[in-house]
Amino acid sequence: MSEQITPEVFNHLVELAALELTPEEAEYLRRQLNNQLTAIDDLSQVPLDPDTPVASHGVPYTPATSAPIRVDEWHPHPDPAKLLKGAPETDNGYIVVPEIPHQDI
Amino acid sequence: MKLHELTALEISQKIKSRQLSAEEVLDAHLGQIVAVDGVSGILDGNPAAEPDKVHAFITLTAERARAQAKAVDEKLAAGQDPGPLAGVPVTIKDIFCVEDTPSTAASKILANFNAPYTATAVERMEQAGAVILGKVNLDEFTYGSSNESSAFQPAPRNPWDTSRVPGGSSGGSAASVAAYEVPLSLGTDTAGSIRQPAAFCGVVGMKPTYGRVSRYGLIAFGSSLDCPGPLSRTVSDSALMLNVIAGADPRDATAATVPVPDYLAELENGVRGLKIGLSPEYFQITYFHAESGQLETQPVPNVMKNAVLDAAQRLAAMGAEIVENVAMPHTRYGIPAYFVISRVEAASNLHRFDGVKYGYRAQSGITDLRSMYRKTRAEAFGPQPKLRILMGMYVSAAQYSEQYYNRALRVRSLLRRDFDEAFGKVDLLLTPTTPTSAFPIGGLYGDSVLMQYADQLTVPGNHAGVPGISIPAGLDTDGLPIGIQFLGPDFSEDVILRASRAYEIATQAEAWRQAKPPVTA
Repeated sequence: MSEQITPEVFNHLVELAALELTPEEAEYLRRQLNNQLTAIDDLSQVPLDPDTPVASHGVPYTPATSAPIRVDEWHPHPDPAKLLKGAPETDNGYIVVPEIPHQDI
Repeated sequence: MKLHELTALEISQKIKSRQLSAEEVLDAHLGQIVAVDGVSGILDGNPAAEPDKVHAFITLTAERARAQAKAVDEKLAAGQDPGPLAGVPVTIKDIFCVEDTPSTAASKILANFNAPYTATAVERMEQAGAVILGKVNLDEFTYGSSNESSAFQPAPRNPWDTSRVPGGSSGGSAASVAAYEVPLSLGTDTAGSIRQPAAFCGVVGMKPTYGRVSRYGLIAFGSSLDCPGPLSRTVSDSALMLNVIAGADPRDATAATVPVPDYLAELENGVRGLKIGLSPEYFQITYFHAESGQLETQPVPNVMKNAVLDAAQRLAAMGAEIVENVAMPHTRYGIPAYFVISRVEAASNLHRFDGVKYGYRAQSGITDLRSMYRKTRAEAFGPQPKLRILMGMYVSAAQYSEQYYNRALRVRSLLRRDFDEAFGKVDLLLTPTTPTSAFPIGGLYGDSVLMQYADQLTVPGNHAGVPGISIPAGLDTDGLPIGIQFLGPDFSEDVILRASRAYEIATQAEAWRQAKPPVTA
């Protein structure tokens, strides 16, 4: 069984993903990830010419099939209060969040 | 025939000719829902509740539906045309935003989210006179092939055998159509999520060409793969619905500006002269065996293979030319490439769920913004979103992306090339939809690798962006539906639907065509 994703690598991924996991969850998810990587490693069997391009989508975008790029301009939303209704905490039209930690870069 | 057994085309014709009212039709379908659906899925609900019911729904919007049905009847009384879906009851996979209704993605993180706007595909159906009965269940954020991962339990069950899964991720859509709760449902297909549950539930499910139907208002999974599309009991009904939902949309730059033909116009014109290909790579599955750690290749079960060969014979008898041995050499790499590409796109799309603007926010143990993010996402994402985020972070990380993400994107080019070369020789490909019929609830769930391989024969079409359909093709020895799939070149939905309709006509005298899911008895 693949162990490419070690506990150390896994903990780093959890941090990047902005998650927190119980030990049981972490064990299950790490095992599944390593199983998936074994399946993914099948891709290394594919002979690839150096000129094989990447495909970020399947159907080609051509001027004949795509809308022209629209003008980048802003429009006021007709009902901002409706959008804010979904926010967990608001104050006078602002969204409230907990303290933002300071970080020296 | 009972009202709830009518097709969408029959309903709209009878309502427009005033033989039926939209309210009568609505009442008949609400009655069927009461009879077969049982309790709707709820957060932290009991997965084992009412094991003999379908449980397609998360949110039944009966009052909204009543208002829409009344509006259709009033329009007709005033001499106006309510549109091609006049009074047709439909369900919507709960991954689409519908204004002022809960739009949950079957996740705790959106359980309290009422959408402030309506998805384009839904809006077009409403404008065409459809009556929306509600939002139906799915795998959490569409991540699965069985619906078991929904945070809203009980999850949908297969109407043909309620101890089995309906497939997924559009499981509530397929189950609601199969159980005669509605004639039409709107689903989405990222790796097979319309076609696989359609096959499992014995209904028609079409994944249109990528960009044929707008994704505006669809809660995103894999933005380069997601395709909204119809599920129905007849091919004609899928054609009718695609007529309404397809087309350019200024709110989705990836929606194609290709003109939309009338998919009903040439539906009955048959398959004479069409070249239909069979590919050996679609009669086998290669999967990762968890215990041995090895990749194994096996033929698909005979019942699947024979259904395809029987369909080919019938289509040949109707004038199609069958072309054997069409090479699709990269088919087996569809799943490994998907494991990479879809995870990177999912991880990116899921970063917007952070407890700030909408949805769930954790309340306890929060010290600062960063801990709020972590606790919110930890408490409200289930294991499937967490897995996808973590894998997406890993395979796109700077030190691994050449090995994984870039390689997968280059393999995607080869998957697309397979189709380009095949469609240089044939008009359509005919394949099995799935390697198995519906599996038992609990049979695969928890093994994220094996579950993904359920999509092996459908996912190449998503990589390539080409359209595909699954149509019912009989029952196996357990009485479970099996599906066959047509795949065609970009924007060939008209040809796919025509071939599907020809097969429907060729099999209309078969006994299995008369069979109904036991849950409806």
